[in-house]
Amino acid sequence: MRAVDLIVIGAGPAGMAAAVEAAGAGLSVAMLDEQAAPGGQIYRAVTGAGAGRGDVLGKDYLHGASLVEAMSALGVSPLCRAVVWNIAPDAEGITVTYSQDGRAAQVRAARLVLATGALERPVPIPGWTLPGVMTAGAGQILLKASGVVAQRAVLAGSGPLLYLLAVQMVRAGQPPLALVETQGAGDMWRALPHLARGLRGWRTLAKGVALLAQLRRAGVRRITGAGDLVVEGDAHAAALRFTVGGQVRRIACDTVLLHQGVVPNTQISRALRMEHDWRAGQHAFTPRLDAWGESTVPGVFVAGDGAGIAGAAAAEQAGRLAGLQVAHQLGRIDAAAREARARGPAARLAAERALRPFLEVAYPPAPQVLSPADTTIICRCEEVTAGQVRGWAKLGCMGPNQTKAFGRVGMGPCQGRFCGLSVTALLAQAHGMTPEAVGAYRVRPPYKPVTLGELASLDAGETP
Amino acid sequence: MMRRILGCSGRPVLFRDLSPDAPRVRVTLDGQVLHLPAGANLAAALLGAGITTFRMTPVSGASRGPFCMMGACFDCLIGVEGVTRQACMMQVSDGMVLTRPLGKGGA
Repeated sequence: MRAVDLIVIGAGPAGMAAAVEAAGAGLSVAMLDEQAAPGGQIYRAVTGAGAGRGDVLGKDYLHGASLVEAMSALGVSPLCRAVVWNIAPDAEGITVTYSQDGRAAQVRAARLVLATGALERPVPIPGWTLPGVMTAGAGQILLKASGVVAQRAVLAGSGPLLYLLAVQMVRAGQPPLALVETQGAGDMWRALPHLARGLRGWRTLAKGVALLAQLRRAGVRRITGAGDLVVEGDAHAAALRFTVGGQVRRIACDTVLLHQGVVPNTQISRALRMEHDWRAGQHAFTPRLDAWGESTVPGVFVAGDGAGIAGAAAAEQAGRLAGLQVAHQLGRIDAAAREARARGPAARLAAERALRPFLEVAYPPAPQVLSPADTTIICRCEEVTAGQVRGWAKLGCMGPNQTKAFGRVGMGPCQGRFCGLSVTALLAQAHGMTPEAVGAYRVRPPYKPVTLGELASLDAGETP
Repeated sequence: MMRRILGCSGRPVLFRDLSPDAPRVRVTLDGQVLHLPAGANLAAALLGAGITTFRMTPVSGASRGPFCMMGACFDCLIGVEGVTRQACMMQVSDGMVLTRPLGKGGA
């Protein structure tokens, strides 16, 4: 079995920065990522097809290439298309099992950095399972990795990503038909008290203001304060219906790109039984970490959006801090060198995080999404509705794991990634409990489906 | 109402390919011949060719297509040489044989 000092899972900004700091301090690093090339979702395909689309995707996107270059200059070459499906920490180290191109393999290290990023917050509204309905993130991935852009699309929901995607679609010559936003003027008023502290993150704020100005110039229609979103269509999305100011409106379209912010991807941190805390402002769980990103599982760090949503710039700084601490723990740099090198990243991280309370209040998830109507599907895989979960709660079902026995919710191929938060929220509402008290699904390996052939290819002779 | 552009398959093309001149390879979906960009992300390439329904669900038989495009939601499942795979995690290769999982009441 291959053995290294540090394994990094996820080749986005946090993972790449952690690898750069650790390798720069002389550690051997193995990096694994599911995608075909490094970059994560934010810098997806940045060294490939995306590189030629800088005019559409923008300067911030192209920054990702410098991280990839820094990493390869230090001799770290990511294992791509590597799907991690088991992680086993023990007294001496951590063994990671993954599949790549139909074969399973293992790698072992003294330390592990999880940089598995974010997922789109589930958007359970009527019709969200129809073909033609995708996440805004998916719309952006199509642009970055494949140069494919939705025609006759409506962007719907809440959050700055919608503005960025709309501007990128304008630049690609395919502006969206409309931007239907669920947050309203009241949310912005409530957010204003957070703005003074948030000004430390002025760089990001200024970018948001510039995006809105570009949308105005391009004449993209913006509707705010929308509620009761419904995607109409029999076997394919045909229109987005919503209410605004007491009036029902309808926009015919072929594609609906939904967004209600992103949430930490806690699939692996949950599987490793890390302690998690409910972050009320983010309406999500985050793993409990120290200032360097080390979790309650010794030797396992979490960096980037997987530790709490703060964006790509923050993720990169958090990755650096984790990489420095790993180098220090393994005796490659002393405490003074660690402090000196951490000063810059820590200051930048604090500045980026300072803006989050403002953004969280200004762009909250819509009430409709946090408490879906009874007939709305919340578990896409097993087609379970919010009403079914409420019914089970009345029968005495107290926790997310018990719901599996009642009706297979969370037991489909996505393993609860797109219904976990909804199930926790519904049970918390039904029982008048906090999300923390209700808890979350227990996640077990394999984290992703694995074939018998892949299992058989694992060389058991080398397994300790 | 805006006029819709029709693709080679005669379906309305809901997604525009920004580099339509990329080299193509031949694949089949349920026996129908498609010419997709070589090495492209399979889910994106199918969307670009006007295919938006990738499968029917095992529970109700409802149509599904790509949703998250990052390997998390498992809605873009499609048969690749007889094995059900996530289309958004695959690349187009010459001669690929694709089939739609038929779900409830299917094979």
